[in-house]
Amino acid sequence: MQPVPITARITLPPSAQRGEVVTVRVLVRHPMERAVDAPGLTPVPRKILHTLRVTYSGEEVFRMALSPGIAANPYLEFTTIATDTGDLVFTWEEDGGTIYRREARLVVT
Amino acid sequence: MTTLSRRAVLAVPLAAAAVPGSAAEDFAAATSAILAGRIPAEEGITLEIPPLSENGNSVDLSVRVNSPMTAENHITAIHILAEKNPIPLVATFSLTPRAGRAEVATRIRLATSQTIVAIAETSQGAVHRAAREVIVVLGACVETG
Repeated sequence: MQPVPITARITLPPSAQRGEVVTVRVLVRHPMERAVDAPGLTPVPRKILHTLRVTYSGEEVFRMALSPGIAANPYLEFTTIATDTGDLVFTWEEDGGTIYRREARLVVT
Repeated sequence: MTTLSRRAVLAVPLAAAAVPGSAAEDFAAATSAILAGRIPAEEGITLEIPPLSENGNSVDLSVRVNSPMTAENHITAIHILAEKNPIPLVATFSLTPRAGRAEVATRIRLATSQTIVAIAETSQGAVHRAAREVIVVLGACVETG
């Protein structure tokens, strides 16, 4: 399936030195619908982002498995070692098979 | 007007607790699936979460594990478990030595006041565990039943 763009705010330092540990912050817009089944509510099928993969210059550096226990508009913070100037590619998989993709460039000096 | 007998009222929480596949059972199953018979070390891992949350819909949480993060000795996974959530395994982070530090943060939903557990697995097969009690004033679940 063709990756679809998604509204996300990815925060990286403007530039990093080689070998520096940089903190990556990601906030993505998504309701994380979790199929609440309670009287008086119209049942909505579960629709969450269940997996996030992050590759850096083509190599996977981080992965997260999300559950309905993750707040709407999932926020995430993790670290990675700056190696070379390259793209961090974020791909989210949603229930139903849709794949969302965003990129962010890390500049290494 | 009907009045409930004292015995009937007392039996309610017991009946609720005895439902198979309850949160407590799921939590125990999820924990033992991660530990796989290993005994976790209650050290080397820091779980930060506010002790009191007004709203369970979004609770900040961060986990830091002491690890050199080298190819031989690094953290491979960090799991977040919430004892009384309908789905106790909230998130699993998979790390590589390229993370540099074993540090993650996210925001989670909490159904009610409960214990939050973080379990970290190292590449050498060791496990670290940290637990924190949290009070949630308004839970994330709709409790109308």
